[in-house]
Amino acid sequence: MTASAPRLTYRSISLSILALAVLAALAGDLAVTAFEPLGQLLRFLRQVVRPDFAAVDWRSIVYTVAFAVIGVSIGATAGFGLSVLFPLSAPVRVLCASLRSVHELFWALILIQIFGLTPLAGILAIALPYAGIFGKVYSEIAEEADLSAERVLPKGTSALSSYVYARLPELLSAFKTYTLYRLECGLRSSAVLGFIGLPTLGFHLDSYFRQGNYGAVGALLLTFYLAIASRRLWARLSIWPFVLIGAVLVLPEGVGGFRLANLTRFITEDIVPLPLRQGGFLAADSWAKSGVWLWTLARDALIPGTIATLMLGQMALALTGIIALTVYPLANIRLLGPFGHVLGRALLIVGRSTPEYVVAFILLQMFGPSMLPAVLAIALHNGAIIGYLVGRQADGLPLRADAPTGINLYAFELTPRIYGQFLAYLLYRWEIILRESAILGLLGVATLGYYVDAAISELRFDEAMAIIVWVGLMTLAVDAVSRRLRAALRLSTLPQGA
Amino acid sequence: MLTRGELVFELARRSIGYGGEAVLKSVSLTIEEGERIAVMGRSGAGKSTLLNTLYNIAPDRCALVPQAPALVQPMSVFANVYMGRLDKRSTLENLMTLIRRRRADVEEIGGILDRLGMRDKIFEPAGSLSGGQQQRTAIARALYNGRPVLIADEPVSALDRVQARAVLEEMRRQHPTVILALHDIALALEFAQRIIVIDGGKIAMDAPAGDITAADLVPHYAG
Repeated sequence: MTASAPRLTYRSISLSILALAVLAALAGDLAVTAFEPLGQLLRFLRQVVRPDFAAVDWRSIVYTVAFAVIGVSIGATAGFGLSVLFPLSAPVRVLCASLRSVHELFWALILIQIFGLTPLAGILAIALPYAGIFGKVYSEIAEEADLSAERVLPKGTSALSSYVYARLPELLSAFKTYTLYRLECGLRSSAVLGFIGLPTLGFHLDSYFRQGNYGAVGALLLTFYLAIASRRLWARLSIWPFVLIGAVLVLPEGVGGFRLANLTRFITEDIVPLPLRQGGFLAADSWAKSGVWLWTLARDALIPGTIATLMLGQMALALTGIIALTVYPLANIRLLGPFGHVLGRALLIVGRSTPEYVVAFILLQMFGPSMLPAVLAIALHNGAIIGYLVGRQADGLPLRADAPTGINLYAFELTPRIYGQFLAYLLYRWEIILRESAILGLLGVATLGYYVDAAISELRFDEAMAIIVWVGLMTLAVDAVSRRLRAALRLSTLPQGA
Repeated sequence: MLTRGELVFELARRSIGYGGEAVLKSVSLTIEEGERIAVMGRSGAGKSTLLNTLYNIAPDRCALVPQAPALVQPMSVFANVYMGRLDKRSTLENLMTLIRRRRADVEEIGGILDRLGMRDKIFEPAGSLSGGQQQRTAIARALYNGRPVLIADEPVSALDRVQARAVLEEMRRQHPTVILALHDIALALEFAQRIIVIDGGKIAMDAPAGDITAADLVPHYAG
């Protein structure tokens, strides 16, 4: 870095994030268009806390869990295979990056075109991106493992013996912890798949909402939290085969099924840009027309969608940071005391367990379509996640016996010391926040997801595919920038769970 | 040298180092079968470098006790010791042992651990042991390995004198040739037949233990 370049510090990064968010807020559409939004919200809150369990269709919870169990199992198994090759093979690294750069919901939108509204489409929508994530993270875990025992094994030990004795045992507990965390994410992903027609939680949430049956919404959400909170009881390695078989047995029948012709048509026709499909790949003319096609797509969808996505993402990023710094004391025993922090943690876990898509869906019903509900949803969810992690971390800090208390403890001791880790988490989640910003377009905010949805509903799959690929590339670019920022700030590897 | 055994190692004016910088300059050394050697010198002198070089010359004839115990922490002491002979068994046999230990293996490994005062820890995870117990587990792994030359880097640094004597005696009993790095002068003179002192990147002294007193060694540790 040259001397004249602005110095990268915690302060300059934080202020830049804030300043860009303020600019985005000035330019963005944050209007509340709904009639009597607060009254609506209060009515919703009053009823949602009186859950009506009798009205709930239990199958939605069962299917949600089953999709997650099977999808995460396939993803983890495939990811484990990929992780072995990850450090050795550049194509495998590219494959992992592309798999995980496309959001589960986009995967589902694509897969439904091929497999119909079947469980297989939903399961693969979880399994494919998760395989990419598992491949990368498992290989990072393996990289950091202590391999001193492997080095002193007697010469001539077979590769497999050496792996199961000296390497796997060191990795197993980290693999387990991470996989369990991913299962929680998988349950959220699975729930959200319902919003695009699969028979999981989101599907019924949508219909109860339309009926104004908020009691059933409350019961459904409560059951979902229980499924997540109880995962340590049923997600055990020793009984996993039974859980998996059970999940397969309860799967519903789908609408439509897999036909090879569908897959072939989708790949060789549907997603091929229209001019190439009509004029053929060999005609020079069709390539010229494809240029026009791409420019039109950029003008009408990619450019406005990208601007909206970046603006939404920037506001959500800044608000996530503000919320995380505000709520992390909730998880901290020193600030809230032994009783208060248990309650506080429960609150943060509820915030973290509610998929942002669900929160955005609810808030959109209240406030009407603008960026506001989306920003709030993303920031509440991610703020709770980071707040929880940072609060736990603050608990572990060694403090002198005469340390200040209350606000002074927060401002002079805890916050300065966790700030680096906080920024690491925030920058790490930047990519995730941006992907979410794009996805929430499916709910009607004009981000890239909105244009994907519009293209699909008009059967313009070539355009939908191009936008999805563009979102993936954007995500990868943000990931690269975030990685460089973290390296420049010397914010090193993250504890698991981020 | 008194014993006229077969030549085990021969270094002729070898310079050893990392990244272009020599830690040891122009080392010449021969070691014969049946020798018990203590390598001495202050920390950072290059003892570990010399031992690692010797090990890498003939890894298939050497059992190694590295300076850090290098155990697989979540695995039992039994499994860690068993690892000393992974190369002697088929992969299938090794995998079966993870599922069900054979009684003969348990008895043999239990015997080694018994002589090191560790029998009762055989099924404990290595990560739950104290530093001295971990060190003895690493020694047991090398003893079980059974290769004729034992190379051990400060193997008794975490043990008291009484334990250390017992461990060294066990090493002497099991391995015809033993090469140790040690920092305890009295223990070295008692155990080894030959003392090699490294100082200033060179072999400063190489003599039969009987010809040396503790006073001869002290200058190499001062300053």
